Amino acid sequence: MRPVPVRSMLRAFRLAWVNGEWVSVAWVGVLWTGTFLCCLTAVGHSQSKPAGKISGGVVKIGVLTDMSGVYSDNTGQGSIVAAQMAIDDFGGKVLGYPIELVSADHQNKPDIGANKAREWFDTQGVDVIVDGVNSAVAIASSKVANEKQRILIVSGAGSIRLTNEDCNPYTIHYAYDTYATGGATGRAIVQHGGTTWFFVAADYTFGHSMQEDTAKVVRAAGGQVLGSVFHPLNASDFSSYMLQAQSSGAKVIGLANAGGDTINAIKAASEFGINKKQMLAGLLVMINDIHALGLQATQGMFIADGFYWDMNDETRKFSKTFLAKAKKMPSMIHAAVYSSTLQYLKAVQATGTDAADAVVKKLKEMSLDDVFVKHGRIRGDGRMVHDYYLFQVKSPSESKYPWDYYKLIGTVPGDQAFQPLSESRCALVKK
Amino acid sequence: MTQIFGVPTVALYAQLVLGLVNGCFYAILSLGLALIFGMLNITNFAHGAFYMMGAVFSWIALAHFGIGYWWALLLAPLLVAVLGIVVERTLLQWLYKVDSLYGLLLTFGLALVIEGLFRYRYGVSGLPYSPPESFQGALNLGFMFLPKYRAWVVLVSLVTCFSTWFVIEWTPLGAYLRAATENPKLVQAFGINVPVMITLTYAAGIGLAGLAGVLAAPATQISPLMGTNLIIVVFAVVVIGGMGSILGSISTGLGLGLIEGLTKVYYPQASDTVVFLIMALVLLVRPAGLFGKER
Amino acid sequence: MGKHASTLRIAGYLLLLVAGIVAPFIGYPVFLMKALCFALFACAFNLLLGYTGLLSFGHAAFFATAAYVTGYVIKVKGFSPLLGILAGTLVALALGFVFGSLVIRRQGIYFAMITLALSQLVYFLFLEAPFTGGEDGLQAIPRGHILGLDLQQDRSLYYVVFTIFVLGFLLIRRTIHSPFGQVLKAIRENEQRAISLGYDVNRYKILAFVLSSGLAGLAGSTKAIVFTFVTLTDADWHTSGEVVLMTLLGGMGTVLGPIVGAVSIVTLENKLADKVGSFVTVIMGAIFIVCVLLFRKGIVGEAMAFFRRRAVSPSSER
Repeated sequence: MRPVPVRSMLRAFRLAWVNGEWVSVAWVGVLWTGTFLCCLTAVGHSQSKPAGKISGGVVKIGVLTDMSGVYSDNTGQGSIVAAQMAIDDFGGKVLGYPIELVSADHQNKPDIGANKAREWFDTQGVDVIVDGVNSAVAIASSKVANEKQRILIVSGAGSIRLTNEDCNPYTIHYAYDTYATGGATGRAIVQHGGTTWFFVAADYTFGHSMQEDTAKVVRAAGGQVLGSVFHPLNASDFSSYMLQAQSSGAKVIGLANAGGDTINAIKAASEFGINKKQMLAGLLVMINDIHALGLQATQGMFIADGFYWDMNDETRKFSKTFLAKAKKMPSMIHAAVYSSTLQYLKAVQATGTDAADAVVKKLKEMSLDDVFVKHGRIRGDGRMVHDYYLFQVKSPSESKYPWDYYKLIGTVPGDQAFQPLSESRCALVKK
Repeated sequence: MTQIFGVPTVALYAQLVLGLVNGCFYAILSLGLALIFGMLNITNFAHGAFYMMGAVFSWIALAHFGIGYWWALLLAPLLVAVLGIVVERTLLQWLYKVDSLYGLLLTFGLALVIEGLFRYRYGVSGLPYSPPESFQGALNLGFMFLPKYRAWVVLVSLVTCFSTWFVIEWTPLGAYLRAATENPKLVQAFGINVPVMITLTYAAGIGLAGLAGVLAAPATQISPLMGTNLIIVVFAVVVIGGMGSILGSISTGLGLGLIEGLTKVYYPQASDTVVFLIMALVLLVRPAGLFGKER
Repeated sequence: MGKHASTLRIAGYLLLLVAGIVAPFIGYPVFLMKALCFALFACAFNLLLGYTGLLSFGHAAFFATAAYVTGYVIKVKGFSPLLGILAGTLVALALGFVFGSLVIRRQGIYFAMITLALSQLVYFLFLEAPFTGGEDGLQAIPRGHILGLDLQQDRSLYYVVFTIFVLGFLLIRRTIHSPFGQVLKAIRENEQRAISLGYDVNRYKILAFVLSSGLAGLAGSTKAIVFTFVTLTDADWHTSGEVVLMTLLGGMGTVLGPIVGAVSIVTLENKLADKVGSFVTVIMGAIFIVCVLLFRKGIVGEAMAFFRRRAVSPSSER
């Protein structure tokens, strides 16, 4: 490149100004402004040095969630409410230091999610991230957590990769995964006489792994899998798939999908009267989905869930408070976000520091007890093991008061519900 | 039992009937799009959003005002059409003189706004809505039990589609419309108020989307996101049929529903994608679509 | 505009260059890298929309294909980052050629729709292909080393990305101002006239298409290394819509517009994430509407027009 002609540049400026050549001056102006904005918007506040045992003199909890997309009803604003409730219940302070809550909407874009996580860890001194719905975002963020050596507690996402291929010491998988939710349902239903199965599964990793895991469990429990049909994600019409399920003659139709797909499948089943002769099993159905469908369409369905609001006084008290704040009953994910935030704070209290290594060590030693989990523990691969429940949806006549939707059929103990540690492909627990 | 490629023929007939039901939705939606494109030369990306509004309005009518399905079937499309008029008068009318791509971009933005607002208000889990009492139960077609409601959907959409087609091809009003598409100035000179006609055409197209929404309400999940996924498929239908061709969009809609139904049996994973494959193939052979004229 | 105008322009670009070099010490490197990747993506897209007048609604296909290829060859085949980026870009170029040959004879809405359809096919492919990890994404792509530079360090990587961006940008700028670029503009303004002047219009268009898709691929490949993952979001049609928004907002058919647009949108998305929650898409949509109705030339285009009017108005109207 030729040498920069500073003098002629200055002259050019002066001439341009005098001659009223606004275009050229404007060009430089636009460039300047652009540059300035570029730098300004990206300015981050450098993180202050650790003060004492608590970095930055504050314990910061980040809720990384989907507030606008397909998962926003089961996570979203409700997760923020749940995390805030945990902080309030803990007393708002840990070891005399304040607790702060930040939140972000990753819009289901892994770029934004991972970038937010990185920024939080690097520049805002966030100590732990909770929720983490959407498995692509969760896995991407767990890499960031590992790199930055901070803690990520995933409740919203269900990919089993988080505690297998993609496990790391700083990631804890708290609420559910495809193995548990499918396996628990499968075993319990076979025991209740549902011996032949047909799967209607979503054609993406989540659906495939849930279908495989459930099928394995069904066969192991003495059941039979007659067939499966894989539908595209967000399919608009399910009657065709449900009809295929119907003609298979299976006693149980396993719905290995989530959200809108499950809802559409159930609607089609009820329209074609399939739910009268065959059993529907929702492998991942949350209470908000049932609320959206109404009992007329869902009655008699089998559902595996890790939490239901109407189980005991403790859950009722928690859920009523939640209902008042979030205008809906807590899903399993909301309860798990509450629980994980609370348990994290307890671990900080017990270790006397928010240094990630010490807190993770403590979390993996502790027995976890609160409204969501009883005698829970966190394994070496990061899996939090807790009991799972099998429910059946009540008929409209059985339902006595608002949100009275489930009756408890059975409890699956944690060590049976989740993938055994011996089968884990996680490098942390390799023998 | 007779079989075709390993699938019993009886099951195949059933799938074809279901395909036809879906095809009816495609037909109504693409008909509206074709109307709008033909008259306004705008690719209405917001069509899915209006379809969603039709469904949500019928839920609101039931949940908040106790208005049942039958009145909703009349009122919701009208309300949606009125909104269409507002949109046309406030936003679209400024774009007739510029490149048609701007219309596409504006309606794309409009769809984002509408869906975002509804999502904020109603969440994404969906809203409950069941078919009216008189449609409980199913018809026995011999090879399958077709829910009465689905049969009703087919009836309504076929009647709507063909009456629209009739109006446009065989009535004086339709003649004015077609003439205005060809040469708006000349038609204006004959004393016909072309701007009003344009507005009403847009309203009619949007109203059709609203009608499809009401029809869909009892059959699928009513959620603010319901239009987003459908709209791209419907675009493909319109393009295959030939942009702006009325008969083309109706028959392509029905035909693609059938093809999609078959795909759901033989390769269900691809049932959402097959439309695009067909579209690519058709356009290679017939650039203006099956029924369109090259211009 | 005299000689000093071009001198001024050089001064402006130098200023940008300096800003780019200093930026990672002031701003947050990973965010800046993301902005650069999208800026390059938007510039590549602008070559097609702004200078050739073709609206592709499926450019995410090239972006994502290159990203997946780069991620795959680096993670599984052990390629070095530069070779990985090269591989990704080449595949995007090839895909661009295939798609280009299919669609180039179509115009306007048809062109937009077919590119959309083709990109949906690509999306389906990535959803089904075993190596992409489905909706979990292709994760943990190692960043590796370039010429002894440890790319694990965000700042080192930033300078690599910045270099790639500058090279890509210069190539686009060169193309626009070359005789080839002039022909493209002639086609945009009046295709019939270009044909009657004896230009083989389709060959020019296809070349522009291939170039644009290759550069979009370059941006995608670079992004794969920056974030160390590639997911289906990159192949989604909303990503195609986003790049249209960036170009439209910044100013289509201006050299710097896409950069301004991309930086604004990426910043907005990032900032809005913790502030407005569920309103992000509403705001994006509103920007679309406002742009189309009021600022059809985009930020840079309107600014230029404004100053040009100011410069000329005292003496005459035009």
